[in-house]
Amino acid sequence: MTTPLVELKNISIAFGGIQAVDDVSIDLMPGEVVGLLGHNGAGKSTLIKILSGAYRMDSGEIRINGEKVEINSTRDARRHNIETIYQTLALADNLDAASNLFLGRELVNALGLVDDAKMEAETRKIMARLNPNFKKITEPVSALSGGQRQSVAIARAVYFNAKILIMDEPTAALGVHETQMVADLIKELKAQGLGIFLISHDTREMLDLCDRVSVMKNGQLVGTERVEDVTEDDILSMIILGKNPRDKAVA
Amino acid sequence: MTDTTQAASPGAPKRRSIWKSLEIDPRLLGMIGAFILIALIFNMLTGGRFLTPRNIFNLTIQTVSVAIMATGMVFIIVTRHIDLSVGALLATCSAVMAMMQTDWLLGLGFELGHPALPWIAIGAGLVVGTLIGAFQGYLAGYQGIPAFIVTLGGLLVWRNVAWYLTNGQTIGPLDETYVAFGGIQGTLGTTWSWVVGLIAVAAALLALMSARRNKVAHGFHVKPLWAEGVVAGLIAIGILGFVWILTSYEIPQRVLERDFEAAGRVLPEGYTASYGLPFSVLVLIAVAVVMTVIATRTRLGRYIFAAGGNPDAAELSGINIRFLTVKVFAILGALCAISAVVASARLANHTNDIGTLDELRVIAAAVIGGTALSGGIGTIYGAILGALIMQSLQSGMAMMGVDAPFQNIVVGGVLVLAVWIDIQYRKWTGEGK
Repeated sequence: MTTPLVELKNISIAFGGIQAVDDVSIDLMPGEVVGLLGHNGAGKSTLIKILSGAYRMDSGEIRINGEKVEINSTRDARRHNIETIYQTLALADNLDAASNLFLGRELVNALGLVDDAKMEAETRKIMARLNPNFKKITEPVSALSGGQRQSVAIARAVYFNAKILIMDEPTAALGVHETQMVADLIKELKAQGLGIFLISHDTREMLDLCDRVSVMKNGQLVGTERVEDVTEDDILSMIILGKNPRDKAVA
Repeated sequence: MTDTTQAASPGAPKRRSIWKSLEIDPRLLGMIGAFILIALIFNMLTGGRFLTPRNIFNLTIQTVSVAIMATGMVFIIVTRHIDLSVGALLATCSAVMAMMQTDWLLGLGFELGHPALPWIAIGAGLVVGTLIGAFQGYLAGYQGIPAFIVTLGGLLVWRNVAWYLTNGQTIGPLDETYVAFGGIQGTLGTTWSWVVGLIAVAAALLALMSARRNKVAHGFHVKPLWAEGVVAGLIAIGILGFVWILTSYEIPQRVLERDFEAAGRVLPEGYTASYGLPFSVLVLIAVAVVMTVIATRTRLGRYIFAAGGNPDAAELSGINIRFLTVKVFAILGALCAISAVVASARLANHTNDIGTLDELRVIAAAVIGGTALSGGIGTIYGAILGALIMQSLQSGMAMMGVDAPFQNIVVGGVLVLAVWIDIQYRKWTGEGK
């Protein structure tokens, strides 16, 4: 068995008195898509924000390629080639696509000044690959459609050679066509050997895109199953009842 | 942000209007247009007294102090903060610098007129301004106290620290070298003004050329050469025209007589001399260039605008928003100290009420200049033009003999009107909130 790309072991975090994530363990193999499902407030986004460096866990352990790592900031996460596409897209509306793509990692010239022309050129290159219709490179991203904004967020992850990609509701704000575009892209990235954590409310979409799904409820892991082993109804009952129907079957 | 439009796509050169080809920020044009209109109207109403070299000279040196602080206020407002303490902070810096020159250092081996004295004082003022600014930024950024409250408190605190340091007295006269930063007491004269003007034109042309070369190197769309030429020509005319006006303001004969007498010589028949560029204006230009480079060409500037546009996105991109807040307040603090030099030098004294109500003028200048209080949007040149427009209104009305209350009523109304126009413009172009 190969080493998992990511192992999250016994992760816990509390906010005030609320145990948002309670002793959760999941892993991710290279070239695999693992879906996280659950109600709002089940702890999916919180768990994922621990991996992306936005939150610090209270206890637990993160291993990447079998090695224990410390992730205390988004910069740490990026050093381990973890890139996150957030539910809220995390774009600065007033800046253009190139500035957003390179935000926090601007290309600079010999004088240490921001090299806008170079960043624009790089943005054009990557966009030509991801979304050839994308032309509004130098306009504020507030002028872009949901799908175009999503392209910018995804381009950011792809450009910086993500090995581990976290996608928090990547299609929530998108139309049918754009959703398909993101789905195709996920398949392509997976084929390139990236490991992807995908969060979504759309159970059917998850069964289509993921290799395995993990269901959370009230901060705890209900179970992780291979998609070919479960039906949509099984998943729904895991989400709603917080019980794994297959446990009963085995018992 | 460059203003290239969709036509930037290679291979799709649409027909573009003359205005589009020039690619000048329409908001900049609007502000310059408004300023020219105001100037022409006042010139008519005052029977041609508004647009004389003398008045333009005065207008310029009166604008400098507020304009310097307004450039820093842009960063503050862009990051969704506000600073109400700038006038009071200016007073504290001014008080420290005045006391250093006239009192505190005198027992320590310095006598009045020691050549190092003004420079030590200015250095101390800069340190004090920067530290106070950074402290207020710390309270707002790390302690989470709203900047409005921190700086409202600061307004009372620093105004009265200045009072305490000076016992409320006017401190002066200040050192002669120091006073040269005030405006009319320190100017370049005709020859050097032209030299500086030509250097500025050369620098501007070089900057334009290198920007164009960089774009060509990446195979981007560039504006047609003629448009580039027109823009370059306008810049050159603007700079040299400004120098020409200021060098046309001749030093009055009685002042020359006095100066020659002081030097022990007799004024030759028919001798004239001009003021030219004041040092204070050079300081403003230097500040404007540095602040513009920070805003548009550095990571710090990029983060300031990103944090203003979407603080969460900036944070998730690994930007330390708290420290950023300290930095922008520290920058404004340092600029308050520079403004304090100019303001107290202009009066040749530190006065107890120096900088009073400057916070309102500075915020108004930034806002008239297109800085959005919702954050993320603003330009340095806009703030400076905003300061110039405010000062033009004020001094134009004063020249017309408008009563003081009406002056303030008009300025207040114009502030609100300017923001309303800006909001309508943004709605119309569908840009931002």
